[in-house]
Amino acid sequence: MGTAQHRRLRWIMLAPALAFVGLMIIFPLLFTLNLSFSDAFGAVNADTTFAGTRNYTDALTDTNRFWPALWRTVLFTVVAVVLETVLGLALAMLMRKPFRGMRWARTVLIVPLLATPVAIGVLWLLVLDPTIGIANHVLTAIGLPPQEFLGSVSQSLPTLMLIDVWQWTPMMTIILLAGLSTLPTDPEEAATVDGAGPWQRFRHVILPMLGPTLAAALVLRSVDALKTFDIIYATKGAGGGSAFEAETLNVLAYGLTFDYQEYALASAVLVLFTALIVGVVLLLRRGVGRDAT
Amino acid sequence: MTTTLARPTPATTPPRNARSARQVRTSWLRGIAIVVAMLVFALPVIWMIAAAFKTNVQVTDPSTGLWFTPTLENFTGVLTGGELPAAMANSLIVGVVSTALSALLAVPAAWAVGRFAMYRTGSLVLVARVVPAISLLVPWYYLFAQAGLVGTYTVLVLSHMFVSVPLILWIMISFFQGLPIELEEAGQVDGLTPFGSFLRIALPLAAPGVATASMLAFVASWNNFLFALVLADSDTKTLPVTLFSFISYASTDWGGLMAAATIATVPVVVVALLAQKHIVAGLTAGASKG
Repeated sequence: MGTAQHRRLRWIMLAPALAFVGLMIIFPLLFTLNLSFSDAFGAVNADTTFAGTRNYTDALTDTNRFWPALWRTVLFTVVAVVLETVLGLALAMLMRKPFRGMRWARTVLIVPLLATPVAIGVLWLLVLDPTIGIANHVLTAIGLPPQEFLGSVSQSLPTLMLIDVWQWTPMMTIILLAGLSTLPTDPEEAATVDGAGPWQRFRHVILPMLGPTLAAALVLRSVDALKTFDIIYATKGAGGGSAFEAETLNVLAYGLTFDYQEYALASAVLVLFTALIVGVVLLLRRGVGRDAT
Repeated sequence: MTTTLARPTPATTPPRNARSARQVRTSWLRGIAIVVAMLVFALPVIWMIAAAFKTNVQVTDPSTGLWFTPTLENFTGVLTGGELPAAMANSLIVGVVSTALSALLAVPAAWAVGRFAMYRTGSLVLVARVVPAISLLVPWYYLFAQAGLVGTYTVLVLSHMFVSVPLILWIMISFFQGLPIELEEAGQVDGLTPFGSFLRIALPLAAPGVATASMLAFVASWNNFLFALVLADSDTKTLPVTLFSFISYASTDWGGLMAAATIATVPVVVVALLAQKHIVAGLTAGASKG
């Protein structure tokens, strides 16, 4: 299939989609990059002058908002994704062999990851409400002290991590179940014949074969976790709370842009944030390449 | 759920008779662990839906539990007179239009990528997944304001398409790869043009995939909060934005808030119930190949 007719056709088929995504992304990125070197404030179309790298030095020396937000973004992502991977893998191993109600279980798993994130935020606001929430009701009933959850500065970020784990562990499980179902069964049977126990079979036979799937799922989840916005903004509001206790880079960039009209500084933060995401993707992919081959 | 068309993805489930009696008799421990896990994922959602049917006195008293006389007053409250019905209509319009247009762009593109192995070109579109959306929102706002489009359905549809086109493309590439190429080649031997073989052979075979991808794209649009938060005006506000504005009433009207959140979630839950198998296939497209 390499004739001129084919070559023309494939570009005709591909061009509209590529052109659309390209137009929606290339100009805006250049625009943002340009803003990040300007002194734009208040209105993006007002006259701006070149400000050099001042916005970047402003951001990188801001130990009040930027660095804490960066730290929270990284902490949130690492804790949530690690928990999701471990729990997701455990659940996938549990659900691997057929069982009665498999269809129902998979339906239950899909709901958290398809549900509207703002609705999920609303639902956890009720469940975790310090005074009327069922969570504290249960804690008190079993003799544990009630918690503040999203109502306190120190517990907000950990609580949001747990909500993220609740919402996205099913995604890990579903992807890993699909990966597990494509694995050949011979190596595992051979290991059983050789006397390997369940843990040894998991650790030395299944896990290495699952490597590529696990890696793909990790990249996907990490990118989305770094960019988490809806849940944080819905439950904590602008700035991630009154003490910025849940402010991640995405929430910070949103606030700088739409609450403070600090377009230049916000653009610099966004460029740095994008660099962080791209860096994480490249890092994970490199780790993948080594594991998979 | 109808599964009349055989899915062309490689067979993944082992044949039934391969299961030994020991495997069928699941251990109690495993059963209990699965049930507990499912309760953890299901109970919060059930709690929310239950709260939507409680009076405001019952919502604020967690000891009410799940046994109570349901009331529809929260639903009648949010569905009459408020902003919610208009927001539902807006979400529906934006979701349907953006999904249809995205499928129109992305399905042929996915066929080209899958058939002609243009993976490098195809993966360019995935850049859209990596870039934080806020970095695009200011330029979009500026550009669309110049064109006088901010606050219109057009700008919401375009922004939602920016998510849906890569999503449908991603799912459909692996779907087209799973189709046997021989059928299309046979069609061309019989006189079809390459485009004809796409339209008359590949596309009908890919219909279940297009349905799955479109369903997920619609859900993504229905759930999208950030784009409408910035680009919509008071007449075109979508459901998540309206729901967000309800949160400030939480302390006074928990029941109404839960009814609104339930209205946002239920269509998605229905989709999950009806098309569970296809959704799983769509969500895992590409990922399981590494």
